Amino acid sequence: MRRTGNQNRRDYDVIASWVQPGARVLDLGCGDGSLLQHLADARQTHGYGIERDSERVIACIQNGINVLQIDLEQGLSGFEDQQFDYVVMSLSLQAVHNTERILSEMLRVGNEVVVSFPNFGYWRHRVSINEGHMPVSDSLPHQWYNTPNVRFFTMADFEQLCARRSICVRERAAFDEDQLVDVDPNNFASVALYRLGR
Amino acid sequence: MTATRSVGIVTAQRARFTEPLLLRSGGVLPAYELVYETYGTLNASGSNAVLVCHALSGSHHVAGVYADQPKSTGWWDNLVGPGKPLDTNKFFVVGVNNLGGCFGSTGPMSHNPATDRPWGADFPFVTVEDWVDSHARLADQLGIQSWAAVLGGSLGGMQALAWTLRYPERVRHGMVIAAAPTLSTENIAFNEVARQAILTDPEFHGGNYYAHGVVPARGLRLARMLGHITYLSDDAMAEKFGRKLRHGEHKYHFDVEYEIESYLRYQGDKFAGFFDANTYLLTTKALDYFDPALDFEGDLCASLARAKAKFFLASFSTDWRFAPARSREIVYALLHNKREVSYVEIDSSAGHDSFLLDNPHYHAAMRAYFQNIEV
Repeated sequence: MRRTGNQNRRDYDVIASWVQPGARVLDLGCGDGSLLQHLADARQTHGYGIERDSERVIACIQNGINVLQIDLEQGLSGFEDQQFDYVVMSLSLQAVHNTERILSEMLRVGNEVVVSFPNFGYWRHRVSINEGHMPVSDSLPHQWYNTPNVRFFTMADFEQLCARRSICVRERAAFDEDQLVDVDPNNFASVALYRLGR
Repeated sequence: MTATRSVGIVTAQRARFTEPLLLRSGGVLPAYELVYETYGTLNASGSNAVLVCHALSGSHHVAGVYADQPKSTGWWDNLVGPGKPLDTNKFFVVGVNNLGGCFGSTGPMSHNPATDRPWGADFPFVTVEDWVDSHARLADQLGIQSWAAVLGGSLGGMQALAWTLRYPERVRHGMVIAAAPTLSTENIAFNEVARQAILTDPEFHGGNYYAHGVVPARGLRLARMLGHITYLSDDAMAEKFGRKLRHGEHKYHFDVEYEIESYLRYQGDKFAGFFDANTYLLTTKALDYFDPALDFEGDLCASLARAKAKFFLASFSTDWRFAPARSREIVYALLHNKREVSYVEIDSSAGHDSFLLDNPHYHAAMRAYFQNIEV
């Protein structure tokens, strides 16, 4: 669920720093196209967004962003192998049912993959569970009954999946709100970003 | 929301072309006329022109009404006008009747100077590419070097796509709505049934029925009834007519029992009253023949490589005649060629006909796209 705010700007800045200038970028779940706009401004990228929601698709068109209204649950079957330099998914991986398939599709279509997601292992979330409630925070703003999120995982879980599927973690960044977290990020970071390859 | 208005009273114009037009079929039209309408004002640099291409039964009368004919509203009037998504305060919009048509452009009903009779069955086969060539000459006459956009739905969408391939330098935005890169086998099959209905009508007279003072109305009526079924969706028909009975009970006769029968008969009769059967035959053939990849061994990606325009495509969820998957074929082929493209897949229950309706998401997407076109 794409939102604006400090956390998103940090997310965008890290992604921009990882992306080569002039790259071709496919942004899955692109919202109103603000990340693609940011990448175009900062890195002169050539981007396309995929978005399911009609209002956001219209917002993309208003913002002059190339957008394709395609349901990600259908996969990326129409896209060619290595068609993009980067396939990006910012703060949406937790909202896709078939995590394994979408990751493998992203790595097929992109030379590299950049994903960010809320870290369910964040200490405040652990405290919340300890107190008997599902966490609600800046990075997880919804209640359990209205959240668009369907997969609940920690940084450790994600890295375990990458290892099992021979996905190479090329770079990682983790934040507590807008502060970079170096030490024990699975505990102290609310949001994680990964740059992945084969 | 911007206040929207109709373009108001409009008048058709006529352009004459004396240079022969070589057709894809090998035939030649020695001279021809195109009837067209325009809305809005062409700017000094000629950069704000938008061409609207019509579908099977459409015409140059896209928007507005004719004087003293209050029911003559143009077929895409909900889209085109001051403050409407295709805003005539910004754009100069051109609608033109295709060659082979029956609304004023040279077609089978026109006088053939070689025989001093109506063209009838002698009118040559015309293709989508031929229409594009003929309209390029109209653009020359109007002083339009490049179109800000070429837009069309269904067959008109195919024509918009063909424009971007045939005159890549003359189209800045290709807007391809509810279209497909080719007809499917099933589409051709439906067209063939429609054609057989006309061709086997005893009053068809090999296409020269004008000389006999008759029209193959029964065949044309059947063709239209069949076509209408394919333009709607199962849901839309069920919602509109259900199993509603005309007389409230079964009458055990072949007259109208169910309201859907009444609707189809009415639509068929109405159509047979104003449309020309030869035009219907020629237009369905143009649809069948359309295949940009034909000269590229069936490779759509290769065939779209020469397009330079930016693209907007739209499809509709319940359109089974030109299904969303067919639009996505075009989208993916454009992506392959690194073209700029946006694609919307609109939720609509109205089937293929959706492209003529004013679904809010559809029109909002079109409005947004047109607003960003620089003129």
